[in-house]
Amino acid sequence: MPLGAYLTLAALVFAIGLFGVLTRRNAVGILLGIELMLNAVNINLVAFARFRADLAGLIFTLFTISITVAEVAVGLAIVIVLFRVRRTVEADHLDLLRG
Amino acid sequence: MTGEMLGFAAVAVVLLAASLGVVLTPNLFHAVLYLAAALVATGVVFLLLDAPFLFGVQLLLYAGGVVTIVVFAIMLTERLVGQSIRQTSRYLINGALLSAAVFVGIVGFLVQMPARGPRDGWPGELTALLGRALVGPYVMPFELLAILLVIALLGALYFARSDT
Repeated sequence: MPLGAYLTLAALVFAIGLFGVLTRRNAVGILLGIELMLNAVNINLVAFARFRADLAGLIFTLFTISITVAEVAVGLAIVIVLFRVRRTVEADHLDLLRG
Repeated sequence: MTGEMLGFAAVAVVLLAASLGVVLTPNLFHAVLYLAAALVATGVVFLLLDAPFLFGVQLLLYAGGVVTIVVFAIMLTERLVGQSIRQTSRYLINGALLSAAVFVGIVGFLVQMPARGPRDGWPGELTALLGRALVGPYVMPFELLAILLVIALLGALYFARSDT
């Protein structure tokens, strides 16, 4: 398969994830969309690393996967605290900082 | 060559269908299950790209770790019975338009990309190369990553602790 096929697949997944982030009301749903977008980027990194025979892309992918796990843990902790304080995780109702 | 094409087509269909399920299904719990399928399909894409070690990392960290945490969060923040887990989405048209515009923008760059030749081979066993690189030139970010993971997980624990 040519490099473009992998990049197009990743772009499609990225667009779908962006759609999820824009349209979901639930904070957990928004996080799921972000996961999809990060995954698309990982596909890009591995594809470039493979086609250029460059290890840096694979190392970068390892780092992004680990950092994503940390991001999900912190994000979901924030969601749980929000639920405890406001009794909702609907993004529309979380407007404390609105001027 | 045709075998790889068939595999790529199958994985691409599964990945795209699972991704659409993640963003479109009204039930958030089903969305997480679709996300697990999408993550495994991404791992298979890594396999097609000759990176079996990354496939293992993807399965362990993403499909194992992230999905478990998200399921926990959903169970803590939603009542599983009744309508409360149902999700309505908003701005469907605007979101679809903006996502399509971003996709067209990326493809606009992709079509300008010069065609690359066949992929080059790795100079040796890939997993061994990765291991040597992680403790060689990349040892500093590797150690920083360990510190970051500890800090993030302790921070998450501190956030979500109960006051009692």
